[in-house]
Amino acid sequence: MRECDGGGRGIDRGDARCVKLAAIIVRSSRKGNKEDRQTNRMTLSTKDRLVGRPVPRKEGRAKVTGAARYVDDLVLPGMLHGVTVRSPFPRGRITGVHFGEGIPWDEFTVVTARDVPGHNYVALILNDQPYLADRVVNHAEEPVLLLAHADKYLLEEARRAVKIEAEPLPAVFDIEESLEPKEIIWGADNVFKTFLVEKGKVEEVWDRGDVVVVEGEYRTGAQEQLYIETNGVIAEVSPETGVTVRGSMQCPYYVHKALVKLFDLPEDKVRVIQTETGGGFGGKEEYPSMIAGHAALLAWKSGRPVKMVYDRAEDMVATTKRHPSRTRHRTAVTRGGKLVGMEIDFDIDGGAYATLSSVVLSRGTIHAAGPYNCPNVRIRSRAVATNVPPHGAFRGFGAPQSIFALERHLDKVAAAVGLTPEELRRRNFITKGETTATGQVIREDVDLPGLLDRAFELTDYQSKRERFARENEGARRKRGIGFATFMHGAGFTGSGEKYLQSIVGCEATAEGRVRVLAASTEIGQGTKTVFAQIAAEALGLDYETVEVVQPDTADVPNSGPTVASRTTMIVGKLVESAALQLRETLKGAGLISDSYTQSEWARACGEYTSRHGALRKHVQYQQPAEIEWDDERYRGDAYGAYAWAVYVAEVSVDTLTYEARVEDFVAVQEVGRVIHPVLAAGQIEGGVAQGIGWTLYENVVWRGGRMANGQMTNYIIPTSADIPPIRVHFFENPYAGGPGGAKGIGELPMDGPAPAILNAVEHATGHAFDFVPLTPEAVMDALEGETAGAAK
Amino acid sequence: MSESPGKISVPCDVNGEAVTLRAYPFARLLDVLREELKLTGTKEGCGEGECGACSVLLDGELVNSCLVPAAQVEGANIQTVEGVADGERLHAVQQAMLESGGAQCGICTPGMVLAAVNLLRHTPDPTEADIREGLAGNLCRCTGYMKIFDAVIHACKK
Repeated sequence: MRECDGGGRGIDRGDARCVKLAAIIVRSSRKGNKEDRQTNRMTLSTKDRLVGRPVPRKEGRAKVTGAARYVDDLVLPGMLHGVTVRSPFPRGRITGVHFGEGIPWDEFTVVTARDVPGHNYVALILNDQPYLADRVVNHAEEPVLLLAHADKYLLEEARRAVKIEAEPLPAVFDIEESLEPKEIIWGADNVFKTFLVEKGKVEEVWDRGDVVVVEGEYRTGAQEQLYIETNGVIAEVSPETGVTVRGSMQCPYYVHKALVKLFDLPEDKVRVIQTETGGGFGGKEEYPSMIAGHAALLAWKSGRPVKMVYDRAEDMVATTKRHPSRTRHRTAVTRGGKLVGMEIDFDIDGGAYATLSSVVLSRGTIHAAGPYNCPNVRIRSRAVATNVPPHGAFRGFGAPQSIFALERHLDKVAAAVGLTPEELRRRNFITKGETTATGQVIREDVDLPGLLDRAFELTDYQSKRERFARENEGARRKRGIGFATFMHGAGFTGSGEKYLQSIVGCEATAEGRVRVLAASTEIGQGTKTVFAQIAAEALGLDYETVEVVQPDTADVPNSGPTVASRTTMIVGKLVESAALQLRETLKGAGLISDSYTQSEWARACGEYTSRHGALRKHVQYQQPAEIEWDDERYRGDAYGAYAWAVYVAEVSVDTLTYEARVEDFVAVQEVGRVIHPVLAAGQIEGGVAQGIGWTLYENVVWRGGRMANGQMTNYIIPTSADIPPIRVHFFENPYAGGPGGAKGIGELPMDGPAPAILNAVEHATGHAFDFVPLTPEAVMDALEGETAGAAK
Repeated sequence: MSESPGKISVPCDVNGEAVTLRAYPFARLLDVLREELKLTGTKEGCGEGECGACSVLLDGELVNSCLVPAAQVEGANIQTVEGVADGERLHAVQQAMLESGGAQCGICTPGMVLAAVNLLRHTPDPTEADIREGLAGNLCRCTGYMKIFDAVIHACKK
């Protein structure tokens, strides 16, 4: 394995060179199909001119000069503004809508559920969420009515003048109330989805004489994605061209699918164009289908372009957040520290409609047993309905919730059998040839002990563990160090990629430039740069000659959504294959040989296009033959590849102010191959910062099913003063199924911080906190309780 | 079309050019810059002075333009992100942000660039604590700030 410094070493060090620290480069890989093996061979023989290097970003310049145009920067002639009138009730029967005095209502375009020309649902999985509530509302802030006007200030007054009248119905607000059930609010039992994963016979382990049984319950709160650009779109509708929407989004084809149903139009009469997108993190996976539909309905009824951009408060209270969760663990462990049975109940709060909850639940379920080899595992999971705005995609997608529970619980298990946290994990780490909870045989070399050693060395873990324990006695500021070990699967779960059937195109122009055609969006992570690196590397061409086309459903094929850590690994692999087909075509036409220069390539492209017309190749995803997944039994190869990681957090807890702070953070991970060291480290650092926020700062306060702190003033995300040095280290072990050997990394860094930090807080304070966010108030309750107890 | 009554004329200097804004006295400077002058590099992130995406330099001070009424900028010198580069030549901060990976999605970047320019004007050789404090009014959700710190360090080396 090769180690590569990510350049994320906090503030005190310089550039982001890739440093080889280990002499041995282990490039083991799983057996691939024929194409994979060929590509892998090519990768190994390539000198990596571009892959692994911090080439200049394609998307960079316009962003630092302010020239990049986001949707709110665009103005179309005759454009109106649109707003949404939302339900003030968490659940009720709508009895009337009252338009207040003093507003020139005849100047306004008004849209209600009755106006919907096609299907009044956001097409996604179960299609249970209406675009506009009709008769009943199921959560506060549910859209009921839409207004458009040219004057956005008058529009805001008008929105406030509309009163929704309703007869309230009983509502449920959390997992317990939903499962009780206090009231049936969805389907027959409030349950959107359940999964059962079984390995071995867990029911037989509890009565064995040689085991200790350890139980625990763990909870996580909602989290707002808080991309700095709020949701926004501009819609145009004309009888000739149909519906066109431009906007901030991760998944243009999700929006496309939803608009086709909403307007009941043929696919070619709906066009979706992604504008520069100011962050997503999952928050712009499904929600843009909603706002795009609303703006399009107003545009359709008014005959004018309509811009709809949420202000921060609306974006925070009305759009999706990370699912709150509750996980119960029951673990059987031998006195020697071998895990023999794990029973895990994992429940998430999906909010009022099904949206993506079943898929979030799936990923959380599969990750719930972690990177450990345990012979008997049963995981039962449920996504339940509550009367709050639907929870949705957020980086990690269920995995951070279940991994938090497991990695907190294992520290408890270790203590129960008198082992250190690291020793317990070392005795149970999964290795090549062993199976995960779903029965997936690990076919690649996995070196979790090596990652752990490196992470401990970088943090001086052992000596700090001892020193802090010694120095904390009587100190006001208590220090602690803790860690978490985990994995994150890249790409859609199970058969997901097979059903998606993603397509990517590559085109060579007459001048020899290469254009990559994909619907995968650049949302800050550097999609255009990485795709250009992959294509240029595959073809041996200059990076500058590759252009990645802006996603527009009229121009690019459906390469699937920009989610699930799949863009580099899955879509990037298709980019590589499509690029290679251009070369094969030119070779087949006798225009180039095995090796060629940039100008020979350009000449060949000119020659080819003048003879045959456009040179464009599309490739479609084909699941590698060795991936087997059983959707019914939820068994088999859940993911094509996993990234593996050990994260270490050092904290301090002030026993006067009850604030916990992260003082140092080290993230060590094996990610296949690093395509762009600066961008890759940026992904890890950003994810760790969001993880720190989720753990210590970001507290969604719910009151009657509504977010009570929908402002940046009192929903706190970390600032530059709150984030410790984040030191990022990559190990490389190329994965044959990924371009140049890369695996997905985008979500991975969200999984580790919460358990690592709370493990460190336990080390510092002796308190085993089992929930996030851990606010100072919660620390105070625990520590003051201790003082009160001691005084008795 | 006759102009709405109540608007006032506000002479000021924006990015080195003398302009006279026509705006309601309490119009937000943010909106006037974006809508009147079409300087859309200044972004709205929260509208309540928390995130810093709308940062501009007002007579050399870093301010949140969402909290500044138009009437207050009479005679003032305003610098927005569009006025930071020297024509095609990027400012050292912009170049460093580009090379160090300090801009991911880019929406906080204009404000962050101005905060960094402001920091280096007042503190040409900042310590880590100076950088953390100098940028603490500008929120970034993508980077975890590490690459932005790198960019500031690189920029002051130039």
